Amino acid sequence: MSQSNTPILLDRPDAPLVGGYEVIIGFETHAQLSTQSKIFSRASTAFGAEPNTQACAVDLALPGTLPVMNKGAVERAIQFGLAIGAHIAPKSIFARKNYFYPDLPKGYQISQFEIPVVQGGLIEFFLNEKKMSVRLVRAHLEEDAGKSLHEDFVGQSGIDLNRAGTPLLEIVTEPDMRSSAEAVAYAKELHKIVTWIGICDGNMQEGSFRCDANVSVRRPGGPLGTRREIKNLNSFKFMQQAIDYEVRWQIEQIEDSHKIQQATVLFNPDTGETRAMRTKEDAADYRYFPDPDLPPLCIAQSWIDEVRSHMAELPRAMAARFEYSYGLSEYDATQLTQSLALSNYFEAATKVCGQAKLAGNWIMGELSRRLNNQDIGIEQAPLKAETLGALITRISDGTISNNAARQVFEVLWEDATATVDGVIESQGLRQMNDTGALEKIVDDVIAANAKNVSEFKAGNEKALNALVGQIMKASKGKANPQQVNDLLRAKLR
Amino acid sequence: MTTPSLSKAALHDLTVAELVQALSSKQVSAVELASHFLDRSAAHSGLGAYVDVRRDITIAQAQNSDARIASGNAGALEGVPVAHKDIFVTKDFVTTAGSRMLNGYRSPFDATVVSKLGAGVAGGTPGAGMVTLGKLNCDEFAMGSSNENSAVAPVDSGAPAPVRNPWNTQRIPGGSSGGSAVAVAARMTPAATGTDTGGSIRQPASFCGITGIKPTYGRASRYGMVAFASSLDQAGPMARTAEDCALLLSAMCGPDTDRDSTSLDVAAENFTAGLQGSVEGLRIGVPKEFFGEGLADDVRNTVNGALQQYEKLGAKLVPISLPRTELSIPVYYIIAPAEASSNLSRFDGVKFGHRAAHFTDLADMYKKTRSEGFGDEVKRRIMIGTYVLSHGYYDAYYLQAQKIRRMIADDFQNAFKDCDVIAGPVAPTVAWKLGEKSDDPVANYLADIFTLPGSLAGLPGMSLPVGFASCAADKGMPIGMQLIGNYFQEARLLNVAHRFQQATDFHAARATGF
Amino acid sequence: MSLTTHDIARIANLARLELDPVHSERMLVQMNGFFAIVEQMRAVDTTGIEPLAHPVAAIGDIALRLRDDKVSEPDQREANQVSAPAVERGLFLVPKVIE
Repeated sequence: MSQSNTPILLDRPDAPLVGGYEVIIGFETHAQLSTQSKIFSRASTAFGAEPNTQACAVDLALPGTLPVMNKGAVERAIQFGLAIGAHIAPKSIFARKNYFYPDLPKGYQISQFEIPVVQGGLIEFFLNEKKMSVRLVRAHLEEDAGKSLHEDFVGQSGIDLNRAGTPLLEIVTEPDMRSSAEAVAYAKELHKIVTWIGICDGNMQEGSFRCDANVSVRRPGGPLGTRREIKNLNSFKFMQQAIDYEVRWQIEQIEDSHKIQQATVLFNPDTGETRAMRTKEDAADYRYFPDPDLPPLCIAQSWIDEVRSHMAELPRAMAARFEYSYGLSEYDATQLTQSLALSNYFEAATKVCGQAKLAGNWIMGELSRRLNNQDIGIEQAPLKAETLGALITRISDGTISNNAARQVFEVLWEDATATVDGVIESQGLRQMNDTGALEKIVDDVIAANAKNVSEFKAGNEKALNALVGQIMKASKGKANPQQVNDLLRAKLR
Repeated sequence: MTTPSLSKAALHDLTVAELVQALSSKQVSAVELASHFLDRSAAHSGLGAYVDVRRDITIAQAQNSDARIASGNAGALEGVPVAHKDIFVTKDFVTTAGSRMLNGYRSPFDATVVSKLGAGVAGGTPGAGMVTLGKLNCDEFAMGSSNENSAVAPVDSGAPAPVRNPWNTQRIPGGSSGGSAVAVAARMTPAATGTDTGGSIRQPASFCGITGIKPTYGRASRYGMVAFASSLDQAGPMARTAEDCALLLSAMCGPDTDRDSTSLDVAAENFTAGLQGSVEGLRIGVPKEFFGEGLADDVRNTVNGALQQYEKLGAKLVPISLPRTELSIPVYYIIAPAEASSNLSRFDGVKFGHRAAHFTDLADMYKKTRSEGFGDEVKRRIMIGTYVLSHGYYDAYYLQAQKIRRMIADDFQNAFKDCDVIAGPVAPTVAWKLGEKSDDPVANYLADIFTLPGSLAGLPGMSLPVGFASCAADKGMPIGMQLIGNYFQEARLLNVAHRFQQATDFHAARATGF
Repeated sequence: MSLTTHDIARIANLARLELDPVHSERMLVQMNGFFAIVEQMRAVDTTGIEPLAHPVAAIGDIALRLRDDKVSEPDQREANQVSAPAVERGLFLVPKVIE
């Protein structure tokens, strides 16, 4: 259900075009809220139980049952609203969305229609170092449906209502995205926020975070195209594939002068294609009306303030603090606040070495490269933040060179028991700070490379590098490159 | 009140108040009482009041009551028999809501009202200790005012049969709580539960010459009442006297914070405490719109007679106006069907209840199941409700009706500036003949005109017997008077009714043969 | 305003009811009879009037009661499915759902 019927389209001259077409994407995301009990009943929301063992009388819509609202679900909606700077409605209304479907026990879904609990808000993120922002229309509370299982029953489906009544926050954007890349970046940022503040476990395989993408294409500046909604995108990879396929498909249709019909489509990961769902002829007429079983949801400012006071520092606030107190660039600060674990690692390492910029570079460089190679999260990094901090300290106090530090890092990564100083000693990586010994090497190298010397004196800077290289080689890399440079220039002046 | 000597034959003539005394003073046991009323109910099964009776279960409950009385743990109404409208779900009895759709349905839980009147919620607060005699017939999903819309076969009759009015078995008992009214009037139970959405307690009480009260919307839990119209449904007691209604209502009310979001945080109350209060100086508002044309002379004269009786008791009559009384018919018949059309969507043949035997696919299964399971009146209201909520009509019908509903509620608040209670007829006529209006739905709707305004406003209202028709056509049929109070004024209404019943004996009259 | 047989068919389909021609015709007549008494209601001026949802809201705001987030419903699958038309391995069976 899209709430933005007449979207105010952002003017995006920078928007990338596909075959001369502008791609316009809006998102509807269903985030399962991490409550213990269901939104309107006291049954458990735990995933993976035996069929219908967690569907109580209320969830089954047995005659005489009535809904009673879960405070935890409202609290999480408030947290989300605060996290994205939205307006939290002091009074919002639950409505019934009426339609028949076997996984919808009451024959209607309790949702919010005219007055949602969270209104407006903004999601900001970086795409290729470029800052982007997507406007939210709303986020409203509703109940999840059950599941239809089509396997193992000939000509029949089995209905499991364990999921029925699980609290959902449906988060609806304006059509502000202009490419599949932007869409995925938005979805990742939203996923980061809901998991960061802990209102959703973000498990996409289990369906805790499901995205629907409304996609249309148009000639730049031309009239809006008809949109098709891709349902239940449950991985970022499929999201990109599905949108790219859908965009190509729509452009082909238009190029072949076919009209696009508004439709709901599903993405098939096996074929990599989208296909239209069987349309329910009366799907349009949901007969929304305020649920007479539920008085208005009232949220006092005092409650909002109380929730705010218990909320952890949000990614955007933390990034700002990183810029301010560590002198990081906005980009670095944002990269280092991609997850709570990452930002904690950064702060722990910086605490030890006092070199925020260096720590940031190592984490975004060497560390994340290795994490990606092994496809593990920072929580599993064999190298603890404190150890990295100690390593950086040794660089900044001149004990070892950057190259040497990489070797130390290598060892520490493989051997959790190793210590920074231990490795430096055992591998003999300490930089040569004994000027006498160094001078001798320099003199020998100058004597042995008259050709380079004369070239340098003739003004060929490159020749100097050759000499430096020789000296570093002779010192087995222990010499401090800067020191070598200074000595050479002094002697060859 | 003195307890008469207890000959077995007289047991069913005792009021709830008298039975409480007889039980606590051990003049009779709960088991004796239960079996007496079960026998009497079986003897009068021809009236079609009961749809499910289970002697073993009733006797077991009675034995528990006797044990609690013996051990001094008796509830407020311990051992007194009661029967429930079949719209309340029950663990131990079948629940059909008068519908083929729920033929043989067994609920895994008891309605809150049933628990409160009975042994209480397991592990929770103990109940009043009443013993359940069985389930009582009603219009399908409480939709109707003649009880002719029930699709369920009464006890001892193989097929669906009309519920008959003991005052004239060729007449309807009223509805939708027709079985409840008949069971009380024919003394097959000392008291019964009913539900009132647009008059379903007050109108059958009036037609059967008994007393019934619908409390303020939200005072009694709706949990376990098969929903008809969520914003209107309210449970209430039906008995022979206002005092008995007060005893049951005291046990039925109170917030149900765990189960019903519409139940109000208003504490339970002892409604018997103020029964004796004087009506000296009471201002009774008499709405002129309740006495216009279309009101049968017998009803007009009898209600006027009752008002004069109140004047004798020291009350003052104040002319008032409820200008939107007539509008309440379309307003109610938009709102109630709209809510019903949605509430009845859960009856789809998937999780419980009837499922068609033959169908081609899912869509066909839905349509066949619902077309077979629902009766004509229910289908009509689902159709009306679906239409008024559908795209393009919502504002013109449902929203407009909800706005006028507020105007109607405001009219009452204005009226209550000048009076303490409002009095008038319950229905324009006495009970009509079986089949007389059965194929004219609109005529049935129009007959609800005096009970609908109070329902839409959510106000407490009651019906008490004030006389009998004298014209040749309707001779001897009971006539009730309606009392409407302001929000949470149930105690006042019961007091006003009780004083009338102390001064008169219409409530004690007995239908010939019962 | 008067309904047509086409309206009746559309509404019946929305409500998942099946009406044979005879019932459909009778329904049409009865519904038009009903909407005749509704007309007076549509004429009422209700500008500026708040719709009344919970009746007692007529004398004061009624706010939704919230319960603590605690699990207290045990597994009652057996009792809950006693009246189910078709169950296999704990699942409710229905004719195949095609998406």
